[in-house]
Amino acid sequence: MTTVHFTDAAGATTTINANAGDSVMETAVRNGVTAIVAECGGSLSCATCHVFVAEADLPSLEPMGEMEDEMLYGTAEDRADNSRLSCQIRLAEGQELHVTTPETQV
Amino acid sequence: METLIVPSLAGAEAPTAGTATGLLIIGASQSGVQLAISLRALGYTEHITLLGDEDHRPYQRPALSKEFLQDKVGSESLIFRTNEYWIEHHITLVKGERIASLDSNPDGSGFAHGTSGTDYPYTRLALTVGARPRLLEAPGAGLDGVVYLRNADDALRLKELAPTTTDVVVVGGGFIGLEAASSLASMGKRVTVLEYGPRLVGRAVGEETSEYFLTEHRKRGLDIRIGARIEEIIDDGHGALCGVKLEDGDVLKAQIVLVGIGVIPNTELGEALGLEVNNGILVDSGAVASDGTTIVVGDVANMPNPVPGAPTGERIRLESVNNAIEHAKVAAYSLMGRSEEYAGIPWFWSNQADMKLQIAGLSTGFDSTVLRRDPERGKFTVLYYRSGRIIAADAVNAPLDFMAVKQALAAGRSIDSVAAADPATMLKTLIA
Ligand SMILES: Cc1cc2nc3c(=O)[nH]c(=O)nc-3n(C[C@H](O)[C@H](O)[C@H](O)COP(=O)(O)OP(=O)(O)OC[C@H]3O[C@@H](n4cnc5c(N)ncnc54)[C@H](O)[C@@H]3O)c2cc1C
Ligand code: FES
Repeated sequence: MTTVHFTDAAGATTTINANAGDSVMETAVRNGVTAIVAECGGSLSCATCHVFVAEADLPSLEPMGEMEDEMLYGTAEDRADNSRLSCQIRLAEGQELHVTTPETQV
Repeated sequence: METLIVPSLAGAEAPTAGTATGLLIIGASQSGVQLAISLRALGYTEHITLLGDEDHRPYQRPALSKEFLQDKVGSESLIFRTNEYWIEHHITLVKGERIASLDSNPDGSGFAHGTSGTDYPYTRLALTVGARPRLLEAPGAGLDGVVYLRNADDALRLKELAPTTTDVVVVGGGFIGLEAASSLASMGKRVTVLEYGPRLVGRAVGEETSEYFLTEHRKRGLDIRIGARIEEIIDDGHGALCGVKLEDGDVLKAQIVLVGIGVIPNTELGEALGLEVNNGILVDSGAVASDGTTIVVGDVANMPNPVPGAPTGERIRLESVNNAIEHAKVAAYSLMGRSEEYAGIPWFWSNQADMKLQIAGLSTGFDSTVLRRDPERGKFTVLYYRSGRIIAADAVNAPLDFMAVKQALAAGRSIDSVAAADPATMLKTLIA
């Protein structure tokens, strides 16, 4: 099963069974995880889908591109070393991912 | 018509469409969806019916001319929320139903009459009916291969025609025309873009940005004709579209003519209600129309300019996802009886081939510009100034510039125009 655990800034965790091939952002938004805003719907234009990925899960992700890297400097909550834009993370079959959402996206 | 029946919040009876009262939102797209979602997030307890005439689950439009057209994302990716979400949040979703007329009472309640024959009673009404494409007026414009691109059905039709098409003429060099033209070119089609006006995207960007896109698109193989006039769209004598004849005598081969010449706000229901209409339905800063009760949001709304510091009384109608979302949030507060003025920095994006344009602010009324170019990395930014203060930016492949300007505007600050001319200087460091 493909699963994403979303932990919000207050520490509450929502676990969602995802479809392989979907992005982490899509998984969140369609299921009503409101801490991901995703104004641009995954077009890599808004930086409102910011997440912090659990250190242990980082090696399982494809490295980010230059555009994502630059966009991360414009997030509402400052980026950290484990910051990613969740619309750029595609889930593989069976992948389990833990992410923390920032306090604010806008 | 298809209805997703959900339990009522009050718990007693499950209202089916046509019996539920409460808020009726007509138009189930970006604005209507956001309004329903924001209301529930704020704790709105009335029943909500979200009704739209399209036969699809509510979906996002931007990819229709971009990733979806190019088959880079599937239809599932465009869907706003799962069916479970609507059920859990007690929002009755009605698809494929068009509201033909309204009977309203002075207190804002009434009945909406659907073309299926169902009547929808409401205690409060929201119009999020958006806009429709302006139709091309030219001989032959009614031919089968002449298509528009506003909704999913349009995109599906275009995708159905694409495999047997080698040549496309795009009418209109605005955002949708250029996005679709780039997408179709990447799918191997020969594409010609006809722009009637003196430059590309004339309504939304300044001359430098128009010039930039003209040069870059031509480099990438688009045939762009500025100032082009269509004489007629021609068929092969058997009713099949085969080309476009221009006034200068040129004949362009085409199996598809894609028209993107702007939209017209769907004001008819508002007019029938007696609401004030002028390039959209007029609303106050809380998204309330002239009758003092009807909520109007998004592409169809003509509202006070939300940019901080904009001249008082100035009105504007915006067509963007960002506006639909922010405007809907303000409307949700109004429905909760709280007044939150709509104030924000409008922003927009457009992806064309490998060029990602991001626009922050509104450039109308600028008196000078500053250019930042980094051709090696494909970056290009125009900063717009009015009386020495920054008011907007068009940034291509330059998200740092875009975000710096957005931040400066949101904070009511400016960016020194002299220092900003050096593309090596980070704009963020110049916000003051
Ligand atoms: C191809 C395309 C690409 C775009 N790309 C971008 C982009 O990159 N960035 C950006 O910011 N914006 C983009 N936009 C603009 C953005 O999608 C719109 O601003 C946004 O959809 C407006 O939302 P809305 O809900 O106000 O109106 P609409 O999306 O027009 O929705 C109105 C809905 O109401 C329905 N309706 C109308 N009348 C009735 C009736 N009488 N009864 C029932 N239903 C009715 C309509 O069918 C429609 O479903 C794009 C638009 C298109 C078409
Ligand atoms: S959803 Fe907009 S950048 Fe990820």
